[in-house]
Amino acid sequence: MLRALALLLLVLTPTLRAEIIHEERSLYRNILVRDLGSERCLLFTVRRSNRNQSCLDLDDPDRLIFPYARMMLSGLLVAPEPKRILMVGLGGGTLPKVFSALTPEAQQDLVEIDEAVVTVAKRYFDFTPSAKMAVHVQDARVFLKRAAARGLTWDYIMLDAFTGDYIPEHLMTREFLEEVSAALTDDGVLVANTFASSALYDAETATYAAVFPALAEVRLDETLNRILVAQKRPFPSAEDRQAAAEALRRPLRRFASDPLPLARSFNVAPRFAEDTRLLTDQYAPVNLLQQQ
Amino acid sequence: MDRKLIFLLAFTGGFVIMSIELLGGRILAPWFGSSVYVWGSIITVFMVALSLGYLIGGRLSLRNPSIKRFGALFIGGALLLGPLYGFGDSLMEAVFARVEDPRYGSLLASMALFFLPTVMLGMISPYSVRLLVQAKDESGQVAGLLYFVSTFGSALGTLGTSFYFILWFEVDTILLLLSGALLACGALALLAPHQEA
Repeated sequence: MLRALALLLLVLTPTLRAEIIHEERSLYRNILVRDLGSERCLLFTVRRSNRNQSCLDLDDPDRLIFPYARMMLSGLLVAPEPKRILMVGLGGGTLPKVFSALTPEAQQDLVEIDEAVVTVAKRYFDFTPSAKMAVHVQDARVFLKRAAARGLTWDYIMLDAFTGDYIPEHLMTREFLEEVSAALTDDGVLVANTFASSALYDAETATYAAVFPALAEVRLDETLNRILVAQKRPFPSAEDRQAAAEALRRPLRRFASDPLPLARSFNVAPRFAEDTRLLTDQYAPVNLLQQQ
Repeated sequence: MDRKLIFLLAFTGGFVIMSIELLGGRILAPWFGSSVYVWGSIITVFMVALSLGYLIGGRLSLRNPSIKRFGALFIGGALLLGPLYGFGDSLMEAVFARVEDPRYGSLLASMALFFLPTVMLGMISPYSVRLLVQAKDESGQVAGLLYFVSTFGSALGTLGTSFYFILWFEVDTILLLLSGALLACGALALLAPHQEA
């Protein structure tokens, strides 16, 4: 009888229980850290999307859980050896760790508007800025304008500031992308985590295409995210990209990531409606468009 | 007729003030970001400017109050919005170059861009009260009605701008429409049949 009861209890108890281990309301958003089995995730909202921003496998900290994190490496197919990396939007600090391993000599500038995110990344996501990293708690647009005034440039720029409930509209305009382009070296690459659906899709693609001569889209079947990859000069050939992906297989194995699908889905002619109105500093109803 | 006109004008004044305040965030964002202190700067400047406007408007209403002078406030407001189109960017660039801290940068820039027009528009409310009140015992009721109308205008200005205008128009176009509305108000008041208040 007792054994039967114990068995019943065992069956009824879910093996994986989600547990909120940290919760705070920062100046910009709700921040939640949730453990589910060995996966620890950073969430920026509880109510609407419940979308994870960044996840860490506590048993295998190197594993890139999210396809989008892997996809942010797509720029390596066209600019394989970055020396100066700029990342906008820190999340759990996953990507800086990957780049530290792939390109240990590279200088990394990490820009995050929310001090609380930096603290949470350090405390819960095993993010320890190395000597090669500089964390800047600042609005990215202001950071880039100041950097431009000092003549600073980067050869690998990542924009990952668009996944919360509120999208920073001034980071999606043509003028902003022109500032990014000015901060990009001639052979450098811009990789942006962007929107795959809604009216924003066309507007965003069209705006990137208006600023960058080379624009590609990377999508994987397993996720709704899409990544835009942009350069100031024509992309290397498909063969070169394939070769770059092959060369990345070994170093990326540790992160449980296969770069070959990235090369396969590297679409150099992303489509968008021709008559799309570009996003500018004068016209950027980004959050309204996202809901259409 | 006169009373309805004054209420209509006060409504428009309230509408325009909040519409501009909301656009302020968009105008400053390219230079100072959209951090919480940028909104702090904008709201501070608007509050200080409005409070001064109330003070000056009340003072002004002591001397020969008339619907024509009332109309002049609107025209003045429209004209003071002018620099926003032409010099806005070069002004923000100058502030950006000199002030490293984006908190004080955004405060200074919103001061330069929004302070004067908002002082002018703030003068509308007390001046309206002066034009509307005829007897001491109704003054509270008139003031209440006036606040109702102009604050309701502010509410609609906020809603219209954030829900629709920014989806339809460019920032400069919206500013132009707002200035046009102020000029139209001024013209209506100047053309109104003369009446001693």
